[in-house]
Amino acid sequence: MEAPWLGKSLERVEDLSLLRGQGQFADDLATPPGTCHAAFLRSPLAHAKIRSVNIHQALSMAGVVAVITGADILAHSKPFITGVKVEAPHYALATDRVRYVGEPVAIVIAANRYLAEDALDAIEVEYAALEALVDPAEAAADTATKLHPSTDGNVLHERSFRYGNPEDAFTKAAHVVETSVHYPRNSCTPMECYVVVARHNAGEDLFEVTANFQGPYTLHTIMARSLKVPGNRLRLKTPPDSGGSFGVKQGIFPYVVALGVAARVAGCPVKWVEDRLEHLSAATSATNRLTTLKGAFDENGRLLALDYDQLEDCGAYLRAPEPATIYRMHGNMTGAYDIQDLAIRNRVVVTNKTPTGLMRGFGGPQIYFPLERLMDLAAKKLAIDPLELRRRNLVPTEAMPYTTASGALLDSGDYTRSLDRAVEEGGLSELIARRDAARTQGRLYGIGYAAVVEPSISNMGYITTLLTPEQREKAGPKNGALATATVSFDPSGSITVNTSSVPQGQGHRTVLSQVVADALGVHPSTIVVSSDHDTNKDPWSIASGNYASRFAGAVTGAAHKAAMKLRERLTRIAAADLNIPVEEVEFGGGKVYARGNPDNALPIARPAAKAHWSPLSVPDEAGVGLRETAIWTMPELTEPDEADRINSSGSYGFIFDICGVEIDPDTFAVRIDKYVTMHDAGRLLNPMLADGQIRGGFSNALGAALYEELAYAADGSFLSGTFVDYLPPTAVEVPDLVILHDQSPSPFTPLGSKGLGEGNCMSTPVCIANAVADAVDRDITTLPLTRSRLAGLVMATEAEDARSVPVAPAPPPGEGHALRGEGSTMVPASPADVWAVILDEEKLASVIPGCHELQNLGDNAYRADVTLGIGPVKGRFRAEVVLLDLDEPRSLRLVGGASGPLGISQGEGHVTLVETPEGTRVDYHYAVRISGKVAAVGSRLIDGAARTLINSFFKHLVSQTTNQATGQTETAPAQGLFARILAFFGITS
Amino acid sequence: MQRLDAGLRHRVRFLLNGRAVEGDAEPRMLASDFLRQVLGATGTHVGCEHGVCGACTIRIDGKAQRTCLTFAVQLDDCRLETIEGLTDDKGDLNDLQTAFRRLHALQCGFCTPGILMSLDQLLEEEPEADEVRIRDVLSGHICRCTGYQGMVDATLEVMAARRNAAGGEE
Ligand code: FES
Ligand code: FES
Repeated sequence: MEAPWLGKSLERVEDLSLLRGQGQFADDLATPPGTCHAAFLRSPLAHAKIRSVNIHQALSMAGVVAVITGADILAHSKPFITGVKVEAPHYALATDRVRYVGEPVAIVIAANRYLAEDALDAIEVEYAALEALVDPAEAAADTATKLHPSTDGNVLHERSFRYGNPEDAFTKAAHVVETSVHYPRNSCTPMECYVVVARHNAGEDLFEVTANFQGPYTLHTIMARSLKVPGNRLRLKTPPDSGGSFGVKQGIFPYVVALGVAARVAGCPVKWVEDRLEHLSAATSATNRLTTLKGAFDENGRLLALDYDQLEDCGAYLRAPEPATIYRMHGNMTGAYDIQDLAIRNRVVVTNKTPTGLMRGFGGPQIYFPLERLMDLAAKKLAIDPLELRRRNLVPTEAMPYTTASGALLDSGDYTRSLDRAVEEGGLSELIARRDAARTQGRLYGIGYAAVVEPSISNMGYITTLLTPEQREKAGPKNGALATATVSFDPSGSITVNTSSVPQGQGHRTVLSQVVADALGVHPSTIVVSSDHDTNKDPWSIASGNYASRFAGAVTGAAHKAAMKLRERLTRIAAADLNIPVEEVEFGGGKVYARGNPDNALPIARPAAKAHWSPLSVPDEAGVGLRETAIWTMPELTEPDEADRINSSGSYGFIFDICGVEIDPDTFAVRIDKYVTMHDAGRLLNPMLADGQIRGGFSNALGAALYEELAYAADGSFLSGTFVDYLPPTAVEVPDLVILHDQSPSPFTPLGSKGLGEGNCMSTPVCIANAVADAVDRDITTLPLTRSRLAGLVMATEAEDARSVPVAPAPPPGEGHALRGEGSTMVPASPADVWAVILDEEKLASVIPGCHELQNLGDNAYRADVTLGIGPVKGRFRAEVVLLDLDEPRSLRLVGGASGPLGISQGEGHVTLVETPEGTRVDYHYAVRISGKVAAVGSRLIDGAARTLINSFFKHLVSQTTNQATGQTETAPAQGLFARILAFFGITS
Repeated sequence: MQRLDAGLRHRVRFLLNGRAVEGDAEPRMLASDFLRQVLGATGTHVGCEHGVCGACTIRIDGKAQRTCLTFAVQLDDCRLETIEGLTDDKGDLNDLQTAFRRLHALQCGFCTPGILMSLDQLLEEEPEADEVRIRDVLSGHICRCTGYQGMVDATLEVMAARRNAAGGEE
């Protein structure tokens, strides 16, 4: 391989260490001596007041250094600021209320993680449960319980926008097509979880934190403010390697503050490594969104206007940069189509779920799911081929750069050509033949399309679109998207590159070496690019970080500019040394030489070293030392105008996807038969890495389409706490792709390149949904298309003519971990004997497995301390049960619950004793609701375990009763793991 | 079997990539924590600690196993191979590692060590494995970055190359 390097599939320099196990991830770095380890106590309830937190016993446990609670957070930090000014304070730990399952309540700092987790169990928190709101529509109702008492309601932001004359377009339209959809919660869940190491230098009041934070560095300001220090006293370092992020590691910032306070209070450096349950339940999520979208079409299928009504669910708190998800796409809400009349109503609601944040595709799947579904519904209604309908409405090539209704400046592209190439080179006709053949055999085969505009390089001002023009006027403008890069020659003449791109595995170091190698005529392997970042040493700015696909367009541009500045200075030095005019200086092969006489050459290191070694000998204007920092932004990224038009991103790529799916008629499993994805992301810098981004984005999106959901029960219990409940696709599910590229360079980025890593997260979920809808001939209004959901969809409407029956948006999750059951068992003793055991507390204690202690509280109320384990978790519980409606010896009712670090249960059971010739038949039925950790990680185990336990309980009851009847000495029942669950469910006594 | 005391540390000795190592571990300490925190062998990663993601996979007495589901004390007397020992005798990337690089089978590289160890066993024990079988083995791992295609291609390529080399020698 040789120069030019850009545009070539250079192998990655990163791989040389990663493949040897020599990566330097956050948890691999050495920690300061005396570092202690943190573990978080988290809320088992979705919504509750915190009555008290008792840390007394925890503090006395082995190895415990400190326990941090809401009181410490109130004393040492301020709430996080957000773009919406409302009284809904969010602190790094819960202070008076918990608002989602998994919300941090306290932190134990101990000598190691094992000891810290031991002490978590000893913290006693008393909660008073409040009604939990899970459904965004219910939460938005005027009458709903308020999550944040000082607000007017749970809708924390509402604004409506109109561009052109949408009302008129809808009046005149030949057809109005409408769809209501619910985009669900999901997350790209990087394989490496959050890691924070924090120390506080009390003398200087300086926080030094290493975290696998990904940016955006707007959050640095927010963290520093929360820690009550100026920015230069929060020295934030990121490690050389990060195990993926996809936006997710933005959500680490509250933990930087939590651990900062913890380090300050504990007086020692503190390290925390998030575990997977913490990550799935409490790290972050994409927003779930309810959207009603209307489209006005003329008789030829021209889309005249769109009307969006969006209800965005941001979870329990509006955590910065939210409500950005709903505004990131604001400029390109019309997708790839030429539409000048547009209405948008945005509402942002809080619910008792994990706060949301950046996620690959950020805001994209939430708009393209309704938009591209709408196109299919319209195609059906207007009896136009869905491909043709899209083609008719694409932004025309000659209109580029094209200003959208809401203000985006689509920079380049030939959407029609790209679509046609995808159809041609992707082999659509063959796919259609395959569908026809499948259908004649009665198989379920469908084809879907999606056309998507993929924005990259976010305008720092887009979020201010949520303010009215008057509010913006008062606040002052926000705009631009600064990127920084430093390129330097050291005294030996070798090159180092340093940016604030905070890579998360994409291969930035490799691409930057290509950029700089081309600018300076050296081999990329001679360049060292550092990937770690230190806010007190490296250049950075507000827009720094790894998000909004800003690397390919913005960061490489800054690096190119810095390298070109150095080139210019080196040219002057070399011209003097080569004794030629500056115009004749050339760079290449690691040399500077005379264009007309390549033999007149110097290794590039010579003039570079000269700038260090003999500064007095270099021409004046070339300066001394050779280090350049370039700061780049785009003049096109202005703040929103008075009409709320906003160029929300710096560049816009185009994607056209075609997908063929086949659905198993028995299992409803969806198989991707073929997937074609055409991208125009401008100039490709490294095609191999570009394809890597596309494949990765596709596999995240495949998960979102078919398997992944961060699910909640109606009471706010979190249900997806393991990788067996939350299902990222594996190598068996992810198919090979047909990847095609067009390259229409952006006129606005220095290298003509655009972002491309997020696009499939926008296009693929809806493309697959469209294909599935085509296969089963049903409307699809939510994701993921799990087998059970598809089965329900097809079976439920089979009797009717499904074609005209739209399926309602996702119903709120069902009863979740409400557990019900009934049964009966025979005991060879009289009802009176059985009754005697149940009402004798000592006997009862021996029947309740795992029972350490049973106290009779009087009035048939009992309190039991039991140890319980289910699945991968185990802990101590306090169960309280009251026996009611005693009808000796015939029946009784039990009401009660259990609580502990694993979670909380509440339930009720009925027991009836019926005399039979063989003894007594015990009939029982019960209903129990459980929440907390056990609901999140044990969901697959609970039902089966409960049955086993009930059996085992009755076995003990039988033996106890038999002993009682025969007067034998009792044998203690086995204290089996599963047996203990019985007590947990409150159904034992 | 020797009874271990919960509160006490126990001496654990094993061969790590051919080198004898030892350290002390409480009975409840995970093998993954022992490798990373006690021995400083941080090449093995932890992605879920509940046995699903495969990031923590190493070879214990030849078999690919999850160290997050193994206690450190269970390693006593075993022979361990980890990512740190995968390079060839000269310290260069082996054929599978090289193919991973050339075919872009890794991005962040966090899942990679575990995947290489599983594939290392597959290459050794089932040199004729087909794509379905390779995907089957890979399905014991989660990678969030790559979409797996590069890994499948790399494995197929290495298998073919090793067969060719073996054929050439005969
Ligand atoms: S960390 Fe062991 S399988 Fe995930
Ligand atoms: S390369 Fe990042 S998880 Fe596999």
